[in-house]
Parts: sequence; C-alpha cells; structure tokens
Amino acid sequence: MSTIKIPPVLRPAVGGERQIALEGATVGELLDALYEAHPDVRTQLQSDDGTLHRFVNLYLNDEDVRTLDWLDTTVDGRDTLTILPAMAGGS
Amino acid sequence: MASSYQQLLALARAEIPEIDAASLAERLEDGAPPLIIDVREQSEWDEGFIPTAVHVPRGFLESRIAGVASHDTPIVLSCAAGNRSLLAAQTLRDMGYTDVTSLAGGFTEWKRGGRPFDTPRTLGPEQRRRYARHLSLTEVGEEGQLKLLDGKVLLMGAGGVGSPAGLYLAAAGVGTLGFVYDDVVDESNLQRQIIHTTDRLGMLKGESAREAIAALNPDVTVNVHPFRVNKDNVLDLLSQYDVIVDGADNFPTRYLLNDAALMTRTPLVHASILRFEGHASVFHPYEGPCYRCLFPEPPPPDLAPSCGEAGVLGVLCGVMGSIQANEAIKTLLGQGDTLSGRVLVYDALGMTFTELKLRRDPECPACGPDAKLEFKDYEAWCAGIGRHPVGAA
Repeated sequence: MSTIKIPPVLRPAVGGERQIALEGATVGELLDALYEAHPDVRTQLQSDDGTLHRFVNLYLNDEDVRTLDWLDTTVDGRDTLTILPAMAGGS
Repeated sequence: MASSYQQLLALARAEIPEIDAASLAERLEDGAPPLIIDVREQSEWDEGFIPTAVHVPRGFLESRIAGVASHDTPIVLSCAAGNRSLLAAQTLRDMGYTDVTSLAGGFTEWKRGGRPFDTPRTLGPEQRRRYARHLSLTEVGEEGQLKLLDGKVLLMGAGGVGSPAGLYLAAAGVGTLGFVYDDVVDESNLQRQIIHTTDRLGMLKGESAREAIAALNPDVTVNVHPFRVNKDNVLDLLSQYDVIVDGADNFPTRYLLNDAALMTRTPLVHASILRFEGHASVFHPYEGPCYRCLFPEPPPPDLAPSCGEAGVLGVLCGVMGSIQANEAIKTLLGQGDTLSGRVLVYDALGMTFTELKLRRDPECPACGPDAKLEFKDYEAWCAGIGRHPVGAA
C-alpha cells in the first residue's frame, strides 16, 4: 500500500481523510484507485478528457512526477504521493 | 614559567613576520590582496580603519576567526601600534593558520603616511543594545545589522501572514517596511492578524500596522500603500523595495506579483495558507524557479476556496509569516540557504513539514527562455475566461 496525502481542498471529497493508503503499481494506478474509492475527486484533479489540471502538482516523495515518468512512474509500498493544489490564501 | 609582557612581545616578534605600511599598501593594489583583520577595540575601529579590513576584536579572535578566514588564507593582522597584532598572530599560528603577518606600527603608522582609510557606519549605543542578540551572530554582526537597517521589504497585505512577518521584520530592524492593503481592521481579523488590536478596529490596516511598529521599533520607517496593486502601479511600487513578502489573498494578485517581480528582478518570498495547511517558497527571478514554474495557471474559483470561506487556523499564519520573515532576512543578509528551489508544506494538524523539490520549468510561460513576459488581464484569466473549462467540478 502506498500513501496518498490529501490536501485540505480535496478532503471533503474523501470523507475528511488527510491521507489514504491505496494499492497501485504506478502513479496512474494509484490515482485510478483513488477515483474508484472517492469518485468526487476525479473532476477536481482532471478535466473531462482525462488530463490532469495544471493547477495541481503530484509529487512522489519529494519529486514532481512530471520530472519522472509522469503517470507511468512506478511506485512501491514505501512511497508517498503528495497532491499539491495551488492555494491563494494569505490573510 | 611566568613571562612578562615584554618577553611575550619579544618572543612573538622573533617568530611572526611583519609587514610595513608601505608594503601593505602595495599589496592592496595587487590582484590578490591579503585579508586584513583589525583586532582593535570597537571605539578604536569606529575612528577609522584600513580599507577592506574586517573587524574582529582581539577578545573574540579565537571564537570568530573560523567565520572569516580558512587556515591557508593570507592574513595581515593590524592593531593601533603593532603589538596586539603580534600577539594575535601568534594565537592564530597556534590555531593552525599558516600565512599570518603583523602590520608593523599598526593603524597609526598607516595613517602617518597619509594613506586612505575608511570610517565605518556604525550602530549607535541604543541600537547596539537593541540588536545585541543579532550582533552576537557571526552571520549577522554589525555589518549584517546595517544591511538590515538599509533593507526595504514590501509586504503584500497587512493580514494573516503579513502581520507576523511585519512584526518580526520590524523587530529585526529592517529599516523600511511597506504595506499594501485596501481595507480596515475588522473584528474577525483579530484571531490571526496580530499586528492589529481591538482598540484599532475600523482603522486603515496600514495605519494600524504603522502604530504597532512605531511602538516596537523606532528605527523602522513604515510606508503605507492604501490601494490594490494593478499592472499600472506595480512596477513603480516594486522598484522601491529589495524583497517582496507575498501575503496576498487572491490568485490575480499573486500572478501579477510574480510577473512584476520577474520584470523588476525582485526576490519574492511566497506563503499561502488554508485551514491547517501552509505552503512557502522563495522565488529568485531567473536564478531559481518562479511561481508559474510551480503553478503555470490558477485553479478555477470553485476549486480554490478562500480562508474566508474555508477557515484558517490563526497560529498557522504565525508559523508561515515567521518563515517568510526568516527568508526575507536571509535574502537581505545574503546568508544561508533559502527555500528557492523547494516548496515547504506545513500541516499543522499532522504537525509535519514536507519539502518538495521545485525546478525551473524550461517551458515556463513567465521565466522560461522562450517566454514573452507581459502583463495580462489577471482577473479574467484567474476567472478561467478563455483558459480552461469552468465548472468541471
């Protein structure tokens, strides 16, 4: 099981969880497992044609998966996938 | 065996090579001048010193030398008349410094030849007391404190993160702080905006910040900019400052600031907050990544709730604003490693700090090599007009 860290803005869509453990051999499979368990997350992370929004970044441990093999990046049970959406708040 | 002062001095003179003032002046003209360390007391230094000399009083020589020289640095020690510098040179030799010379006749001899000398800008006695804990830090010291006093930091917002950042920057003696704001102190601000007080409810936020800072540190000049930044005023505004602390509460302002920071090459210290979570980074224009390398475009409004809608823990602002003050101070001092190239994510509920790598994006639409950087209609762009489908969620 890999860990997915859920940012505050997505927590209502996953029942308030801060992190979720899921099975998957690649980043793409982990996301599919996340969408299956929590369908509301899908539209917040990707557009209708399936591409991930540019205002959300994914990090496998501390590396941006765009610099790795993107959704094909392999993961194992010790990895953490961090979902990082832009936040604007400052005041 | 006990030795008299004269015996110690004679011993040092026999072992330490000396250089006369004329030869030192010649070496300063050379391409590779030696490091001159002046070991006199503060009051002597204040009256003048040899150009390029660094000041390490004799009493601090052993503890501070590692911060200014390595063991093979060519060093010339200087004092008033050439005696203390001889003894200091012996100490450095004992500590393993191999290329140590003493200036014969010291600063007195240097001046006697009509050679140029510098007079330091120094802290006054009150400043010396106020900043005593900074002066003890080799990374700050008097030189660094003077840099901070010359420093100009613009705070975007006098709100959640701007309040603690502003207070700490003011306490640190950053000489000029500018606050950009367009609202007044409201009761619901006081849970986190600690620069404001109950008796200043209804006051313009910049004026309230000015009162707080005047009470904290009279060294600090506060500029108030009571307007919203836009593409017509932002370049003039940023050109007056050395560092920007971004505490804006909306995406149009954050993207405008990023692009203007690139245009004016002003370092931008970023923090954003929501509920129990904060992000922080530092964007050094063209040296490191920028905000648009991190997020090329903003989320549609329905996927980016504000703190007003979603809530924010008051103390989270304190943590993130303090991190911003820390990064701004390091940037002014040129010390340490900033968060440039990293995003720090703080989760106050889980009490975790996570560091994520951030690189310059070669295709960055703002700072990439092929970028055509110009201002856009940020309000429309952030509302998603003509950019990506809105309402997908």
